Amino acid sequence: MDFTTPSGQNPIDRLKIVGRPVTRIDGPLKVTGTAPYAYERHDVIPNQAYGYVVGATIAKGRIVRIDTGAAKAASGVIGVITTLEYKPAAPPQRQTANLFGGAEVAHYHQAVALVVAKTFEEARAAAHLVKVDYQAAPGKYDLAGEASGAKPSADPNEGQDAEIFDRVGDFDAAFAAAPVKLDETYTTPCETHAMMEPHASIAAWNGDKLTVWTSSQMINWAKAGLAKTLGIPAENVRVQSPFIGGGFGGKLYLRADALLAALGAKAVGQPVKVTLQRPLIINNGTHRSATIQRIRLGAAPDGRLTTIGHVSVSGNLPGGMPEPAVGQTKLLYAAPNREIYLKLAALDLGEANDMRAPGEAPGLMALEMAMDEMAEKLGIDPVEFRILNDTQTDPRDPQRRFSERHLVECLRTGADRFGWSRRNGTPGAIRDGKWIVGMGMAAGLRLNLLMPSAARIRLDRDGRLTVETDMTDIGTGAYTILAQTAAEMMGVPVEAVTVILGDSASPVSAGSGGQWGANTSTSGLYAACLKLRGAVSARLGLNAEDAEFADGKVRSGNRSIPLAEAAKDGPLTGEDGIRFGDLDKRYVQASFAAQFAEVGVDSFTGEVRVRRMLAVVDAGRVLNPVTARSQVIGAMTMGVGAALMEALAIDMRHGCFVNHDLGGYEVPVHADIPHQDVIFLDHPDAISSPMKAKGIGEIGLCGVAAAVANAVYNATGVRVRDYPITLEKHLAKLPRIA
Amino acid sequence: MIPFTYEKADSPAAAVAAVTATPGAKFIAGGTNLLDLMKFQIETPTHLVDIRDLPLTTINDTGDGGLRIGALVTNTELASHPRVKRDYGVLSRAIVAGATGQIRNKASVGGNLLQRNRCPYFYNTDLPCNKRVPGSGCSALGGISRSLAVIGTSESCIAQNPGDMAVALTVLDAMVETIDAAGRTRTIAIADFFRLPGDTPETEFALQPGELITSVTLPPPLGGTHHYHKVRDRASYAFAIVSVAAVLNKDGTGRVAFGSVAPKPWRIKAAEAVLPAGPAAVVSTAFKEAKPREDNAFKILLAERTLALVIAKGSA
Repeated sequence: MDFTTPSGQNPIDRLKIVGRPVTRIDGPLKVTGTAPYAYERHDVIPNQAYGYVVGATIAKGRIVRIDTGAAKAASGVIGVITTLEYKPAAPPQRQTANLFGGAEVAHYHQAVALVVAKTFEEARAAAHLVKVDYQAAPGKYDLAGEASGAKPSADPNEGQDAEIFDRVGDFDAAFAAAPVKLDETYTTPCETHAMMEPHASIAAWNGDKLTVWTSSQMINWAKAGLAKTLGIPAENVRVQSPFIGGGFGGKLYLRADALLAALGAKAVGQPVKVTLQRPLIINNGTHRSATIQRIRLGAAPDGRLTTIGHVSVSGNLPGGMPEPAVGQTKLLYAAPNREIYLKLAALDLGEANDMRAPGEAPGLMALEMAMDEMAEKLGIDPVEFRILNDTQTDPRDPQRRFSERHLVECLRTGADRFGWSRRNGTPGAIRDGKWIVGMGMAAGLRLNLLMPSAARIRLDRDGRLTVETDMTDIGTGAYTILAQTAAEMMGVPVEAVTVILGDSASPVSAGSGGQWGANTSTSGLYAACLKLRGAVSARLGLNAEDAEFADGKVRSGNRSIPLAEAAKDGPLTGEDGIRFGDLDKRYVQASFAAQFAEVGVDSFTGEVRVRRMLAVVDAGRVLNPVTARSQVIGAMTMGVGAALMEALAIDMRHGCFVNHDLGGYEVPVHADIPHQDVIFLDHPDAISSPMKAKGIGEIGLCGVAAAVANAVYNATGVRVRDYPITLEKHLAKLPRIA
Repeated sequence: MIPFTYEKADSPAAAVAAVTATPGAKFIAGGTNLLDLMKFQIETPTHLVDIRDLPLTTINDTGDGGLRIGALVTNTELASHPRVKRDYGVLSRAIVAGATGQIRNKASVGGNLLQRNRCPYFYNTDLPCNKRVPGSGCSALGGISRSLAVIGTSESCIAQNPGDMAVALTVLDAMVETIDAAGRTRTIAIADFFRLPGDTPETEFALQPGELITSVTLPPPLGGTHHYHKVRDRASYAFAIVSVAAVLNKDGTGRVAFGSVAPKPWRIKAAEAVLPAGPAAVVSTAFKEAKPREDNAFKILLAERTLALVIAKGSA
């Protein structure tokens, strides 16, 4: 179906099942360890061999020769393929790095060989025997050093012909004249997704047909990516990924595990499985770029912003995309004079690409700290300052309204529920034993992106429904909300619905990315259910227009027929998808959040520990409050990591991320997250989709790190503009110990 | 991991004999560090002698009122032992500050003492490291060294000893008891057990090849208040940036050792002697010879402030 006008009343609005706290239907599989994850799928095909990836140990240069003699002679080794035997693979859409092939090394741990052996241990041992001779070349690894040569760059999220510069009014003159102003630079580090399950794939060829069991957020992108890199028709590729142990954007794109498994399987003539070892996930996979962001705010003494300037510099391999860290700044606050744009520097680190809330996450770390600083300069409460500068229209185009925007309600509700009135605006004023206690807050905005999504639903003789779509569940709850959608639409209990995901043989969905998955995949299924309702009505001789599907029956006029009746002569199928028109052009569609945090700072050691957090989220209709809450608290946890500890440390001599494992790259553990609350506002958005939902997977991260950072400042009085706020950045400035 | 052979020993003498007889052999107990290192081929033993069946699993009172802790006592058992909790609180607290419950269940006292350092370059086999490949160079010099040592280092190595338990044992003047290939036993003071890198950073411990730790003994209780404060980037499951182990007396005297600042637990008697003068005096004495890097110089200030916290708690 084409969704071109706002949705009216529809069967979802009954909310008998959608919107209810249904627990995960895949939960029992997960807690019993029986959910099949890619690397453990020993049963899908016999005779699986193990591949182990050899990564380049220089960051830039050429491979002179590769000696595989010792590796090939090692115990258990079946074969070795090297990058010199292949042409460079053409990077798939939205990707930059060459995954395999050729002699050029463009980044550290670029894959240079795959050793295939009978066991994992033999493959790993033999990988140490592959000898690679390099001719190293100097590379660029320091964003700060390259920033002055960075070039203005269009926001990749706004299309190819998007304007580079977002300029409104006369920024320079207005900023010069602003009675109160701020001009500060904020930095965020490179981050890695640090998902629990590594990239992993099993590949098997049957003639020229390839099947890959993998861990992918986007089945159709994986399929297209394999076809492109292997140079084979897409119809010859089958991809399956029913369970994914976290992705956070790191598994949006085809990576070396899948390509090398396919090439390795072809070379040795048997199925091959490959996982990226943890150091390669970090140095061979994608990461979030570091940013250097200059923000200039000007305001009248009454607190109204007159100017907003935001320039963000990020880095990537030549030809790569910038981290779009200024997107939210274009839309979050009103101000008549604006200058906002991105700059990109070429670096020779691995590929920078999407990580949860790409752009908004680091962008809000800077913008919302700047807003906190500006509120203090103005002597206005930070919550009130944001409310004062709220906008209900696109600041670039006053005719373009937000579809639904309830940020002010988020802020007011949050302030009330968090006890914001107890905050003391003077830093360091609140003590609890050795702890200095601070409160901080931030606003968040993340676009509601719309992607076409299709599904098929089948009614069987026994009255059961089966949903098939190549949608993925990366831990988000997609299985459950799709079952709820089908159950609501067809008038059956959730238990009557089977959901089959992550198979490229199914209709193409939006996939899991950009927080569009829940809203768009359920909308695609909604469309398929309308088709099935039509087929059921026709089969039963009912008028589809007034047929009501409820309680396992179809009612029309004075007739009431069990749903299963419709399939007594054979299954009925409905297949369709949702295609979005220009409602996202006519309206700004976004999710909103107000984030609050209270921290304690150890007055002796400078250690920061979060005490409690609250998110108030405006994301349209909440399809399932249990799984939605889970999304938000996970994102808040990620925000604590960004604020306080997560940073890839770059060795500027070798061009590699040094802390390339979960011991060196610290993310929050349970003890770091004592108490989180989430409140959802209930404002269904009829302009977004027939589900009236909006993105929720990323808004929970937006603003969190700044809220924590602002709380740290409220505790210490030391403003650290360089994330993460590790203790040495404020230790020397903390009050002396008596 | 390269292929290796494996056997289980049934007595300390047999274990020592087995390791001595096979070049490249190593003991294995909990394996919490050794197995990781073998997977990276940082450790490449040809033969493993499993000592978990040896009768070194008890904690007993010594005649003089101290404790003898078998080398195979797990960290969990040691930390929760009633006498350790009552008389050697610094040790109990240090142990529970380390690792996770699962790892503490596997880790043994002897193995914990022998854990290798956590320098990121030691773990990256693509880059030079004098501990891993003597003479290859130190990648940490001029690299990322925030977590590394600020004192006791050399031009060949700046790795820190990352342990928690060892810092407490150092402040308690524990003794390490061993048996060697000839069946001789000896006792090594904890202060002499860990070696500074000098020109031979690959030699980290004062053990001879094949020598096995059989127990650790603690002298009679010191009294005083016991403290272990570990500073880290997250609240759990992280190595210390700086830690302080201290036993403090009412009169302001006491003992103190610092963790994660040096290649061994850092206890300087002359610094300890000025405890009554306060943390700044202690730290300026203990770190007089410090040679920090730009990114870890903060550890000295942090050591002072952490000691101040411990003293404040001790006098509260």
